[in-house]
Amino acid sequence: MNLLRRKFLKTATYIGATATAISTGVLLPQRVLGAYNAEAFAAKDVSGAISGSLGSDQYTASDAIKLKAPDIAENGAVVPVTVSSSMSNVEAISIVASANASPLTSSYQLSPACEAFVSTRIKMGKTADVIAVIKADGKLYSATKEVKVTIGGCGG
Amino acid sequence: MASIKIRAKAKDGVTTVKTLMSHPMETGLRKDKKTGKKIPAHHITEVTAEHKGNVIMTANWGGAISKNPYLSFKFKGGASGDKIKISWVDNKGESDSQEAAIK
Repeated sequence: MNLLRRKFLKTATYIGATATAISTGVLLPQRVLGAYNAEAFAAKDVSGAISGSLGSDQYTASDAIKLKAPDIAENGAVVPVTVSSSMSNVEAISIVASANASPLTSSYQLSPACEAFVSTRIKMGKTADVIAVIKADGKLYSATKEVKVTIGGCGG
Repeated sequence: MASIKIRAKAKDGVTTVKTLMSHPMETGLRKDKKTGKKIPAHHITEVTAEHKGNVIMTANWGGAISKNPYLSFKFKGGASGDKIKISWVDNKGESDSQEAAIK
């Protein structure tokens, strides 16, 4: 193959591949969807955790959020938490454990295709409130449940 | 590396995805019993779920997610046979990803 043609094809493929990668979101600049929010995770209080992950610490309790977590967690290292809601236009959900050293356990950015439903297992250092905060239509709504922990989940 | 197990099932237009990842998820607060030194934080920081090339969900995790983390979420518009891809990145820069077909 002609060396020039070969080089051209190689460059064209690189550009094509990068363009495809960018358009499918693989090379999205970090700040856009789901950028790792180190400050939110470093926040030592509930308010900082929520405002760091969802942009505000103003939230109202809502009946439309179902927060399922055990009343008593036998093992603080594995506490199953399920957050679900019938709300529409849910953009993000954050799960906070109020007495953890860093209250923010996790934050989820949901595309419009996702339902307001997230289930995971968290670690809790001691008996505390688990707060699920949902961001829908730019506003924050919450549900809280106290979970008693018999053995702390962080290795004590 | 096969650290991710995925089970995705479509029913009535909604696909439920359950995934289980193998990862130590160290908080960085635990002390090694022998040396007394803190075991450095080593946990997944971000999980991305993709369907047909679109990122449908991103999870940001701290060390407070349990070891060998479980995650489940639901989305509309998946059909049986579609591929779903789950990827994770941790605070040490390690990563893994896995694809599975929706049942």
